[in-house]
Amino acid sequence: MYFTSSAFVLFLVVVLTGYYVSPGRFRPVWLLFANSFFCVASGWAGTACVAATCLTTWYAGKRMDRLSKSLAARLADADLVSSEAKALRRRTKEQKRLWLLLGVCVNVGILAVTKYSGFFAQNLNAMARVLGLSFTASGFDFALTLGISFYTFKALSYMTDLYRGKKTEAAGSLVQVALFVSFFPELVQGPISRYCDLSPGLFAGRIPCRDEFCAGVQRILFGFFKKLVVADRLLPAVVILTKSPDEFKGAYVLLTMWFYAVVLFADFTGGIDIAVGVAKLFGIDVTENFNRPFYSKSIAEYWRRWHITMGAWFKDYLFYPLSASSAMLKLIKPSKRIFGKGVGVRIPVYIVTTVLWFTTGLWHGASWNFIVWGLTNGAIIIVSQELSPLYKRFHARFAFSETPVYGAFQIVRTFCLMSFIRVFDIYAGVGVTLGAYASVFADFGREGFAARSVLDLGLSVSDCVVVALGVCVMISAGLWTRRAAYKGTSLTARVCLCFLLFLATTVFGCYGIGYDAKQFIYNRF
Amino acid sequence: MKRLCICVATIAFVICFLSAQRLLAPKYMESLHEGALTAEYYDDEKDNDVLFIGDCEVYENFSPAELWKAYGITSYIRGGPQQLIWQSYYLLLDALRYETPDVVVFNVLAMKYDAPQSEAYNRLNLDGMRLSRAKLGAILASMTPEETVLSYIFPIFRYHDRWNALTSEDLKYFAASESVSHSGYYMRNDVKPANIVPEGPKLADYRFGENSYKYLDKITALCESKGIDLLLVKAPTIYPHWYPQWDEQIRDYADEHRLRFVNFLERAEEAGIDFDTDTYDGGLHLNRRGAEKLTDFLGKLLAEDYGLEDRRTDAAVAAIWREKTRDYERMAEAQLRELDEYGEIRTFTY
Repeated sequence: MYFTSSAFVLFLVVVLTGYYVSPGRFRPVWLLFANSFFCVASGWAGTACVAATCLTTWYAGKRMDRLSKSLAARLADADLVSSEAKALRRRTKEQKRLWLLLGVCVNVGILAVTKYSGFFAQNLNAMARVLGLSFTASGFDFALTLGISFYTFKALSYMTDLYRGKKTEAAGSLVQVALFVSFFPELVQGPISRYCDLSPGLFAGRIPCRDEFCAGVQRILFGFFKKLVVADRLLPAVVILTKSPDEFKGAYVLLTMWFYAVVLFADFTGGIDIAVGVAKLFGIDVTENFNRPFYSKSIAEYWRRWHITMGAWFKDYLFYPLSASSAMLKLIKPSKRIFGKGVGVRIPVYIVTTVLWFTTGLWHGASWNFIVWGLTNGAIIIVSQELSPLYKRFHARFAFSETPVYGAFQIVRTFCLMSFIRVFDIYAGVGVTLGAYASVFADFGREGFAARSVLDLGLSVSDCVVVALGVCVMISAGLWTRRAAYKGTSLTARVCLCFLLFLATTVFGCYGIGYDAKQFIYNRF
Repeated sequence: MKRLCICVATIAFVICFLSAQRLLAPKYMESLHEGALTAEYYDDEKDNDVLFIGDCEVYENFSPAELWKAYGITSYIRGGPQQLIWQSYYLLLDALRYETPDVVVFNVLAMKYDAPQSEAYNRLNLDGMRLSRAKLGAILASMTPEETVLSYIFPIFRYHDRWNALTSEDLKYFAASESVSHSGYYMRNDVKPANIVPEGPKLADYRFGENSYKYLDKITALCESKGIDLLLVKAPTIYPHWYPQWDEQIRDYADEHRLRFVNFLERAEEAGIDFDTDTYDGGLHLNRRGAEKLTDFLGKLLAEDYGLEDRRTDAAVAAIWREKTRDYERMAEAQLRELDEYGEIRTFTY
């Protein structure tokens, strides 16, 4: 069920009505029923995966919680000597780790089979061809419409937090785990909420106040505006540009990267706006996923502002544990010996950073494009870190680095760099993408805009005007958010804004017959 | 104060929304005039002895003005392009909210379609209907898989992308439309003889579908419940092909339900129709001259066999129809003048 379909709007109205008329204690159950319906409407294969994730997560969590409680009870026993307590803690931790591993393996296994088996099979076959082996592997072909990468990560974070015994209390029942994992606004493309953040609102069954409700509607409408007016209007041009890289090269590659940056931003943030807004209508606060990423002055900052919940997840559950792992700690000594003190200390960090960005790329998609894209991000971040002393000296020497003009330059530079590497997402392969990059330098003048008209991209002049105005609205909204101007906005102004957004989206949105109902780009990640 | 502001904003929004909807919806005044036919019924007098329902074979082949002039019978054609039988049923149901005619004439060509066909034709037939249970029924029965009920209730959701293609027509007819028909009759005065008539292709199955029969039963039952005589006709257009197998099925149905079925194709000569002069598109539809001949023939049948009275002596009715026939004559003259002057018709509205 697409967020942008009329079926979803009808579904939301019915679920909201049911939620508002139900007694408080039944609301979470009603919400779980809605989640289940949303899953089933999106396909049985996806539903089976969600159900398996919920069950295994709940069971592993329950077993870990039981072990923790048993440990606490035993430790409370005054007769226990210190060595016994230590042994007990160690044994409990080992047992908990076993359950965590089991839960993680099952969930990652489901993710691997459904999302990555085709990719692995493809690579195995390619290797077999190179080695001259008569071997053909085949992967599973699931057309999953639900965002499996998103809810699997939610489940993994829940189990890991329970294992660590920090932040998270175990869910009381399977219903609670299922409600958390399958919360339908987050099911398509996140955000990747943590149990400790989402569960209080999820289980409270609270009805939002009038202002909250209005803010939710406003957020949903703005999401629809971004998706239908900007992203879907520009997307066909991006498809044309990337389907024929031989025709559209040189300057067109730059056009592709800017267009795609706008499409991806409008699409992803639009989807998140809808998810956050829908959750607000149920009185639930969902973790924000963006903080005006295109105002970032460096790639590292960009990744702290773009897809925040994913970045935080990788940081908490991959980067820090890996950095603090015994293997990495053991590596410091030999690397110091080989590379010297300064660089040697940073070698494990670079290895972990590389692993992190490799995984981030793989998480985004089962293809080498995404892996190369992830590694490129990692490489830029490492190089930036290595060059930071140079930057510092430069900034200390030249006073203009503190001026707003230089700040604007940094923002534009980061935007262009991110847009440049992001096109790995959309070209057919790594080679094609590299060819497109090369054409920017080799064919810019000759094969630039003169070769094909911009109007060959399926965009009329009026389409371009609408997109430009849409981008202006998004920029204004970014500035509005930064100044927190919305906090003082009256209800009347909010209502007027909702009406305007509704009218603008109704008239200028791409939907209905003649348009394919488009899933959000991040849903396939 | 806050409530007042929100009320004002809401009213302003509703006005803007409805205005945008009106602006963006097609007006059907300068092209594709058939799309305006359904809505025109609501502005007309609703005191008709005869109501025609069906596809283009009714709105292009029968002339209510001629029926009045020759027999004093009042009539209206609730026809539409490729009007499917369930649409005919719901349009009849809708019309019966306003009036109860003595006779309903249904053109049976629509029996050949058993399932929804095309969104474009659905729109031409249903957009003009006023919101009612009949309209909802028509929408649900007619929708193709990609359509939604909401876009029929609020056409802006269907036509929103016309912002890119608005013309002076949309502004000119924003507030009010003109008439394109004469009591549902779509006038054409040009002539294109039926020289080459293509053979009807062989069909895998000549049986009418269950759905078609279901709605024919509904039309029959509805007319019976209201005491209306139902007359089944097949207009005398030589293409699309009317197969003998189809004719036989309709005859069987008419016999079974004690209805009258007149196949005007068989009686075209008797009606005096000449396909060299009485059709404007090579035999698909009749022109005014052909429509008037056919109407004269039908009028005789209605007056004699159905006992419809001559109402020309009723002053109030006569006054209304005097004006209608004047408009009719005026448009006919205008079209004939244009044909002489430009070789084509330019006047379709009045």
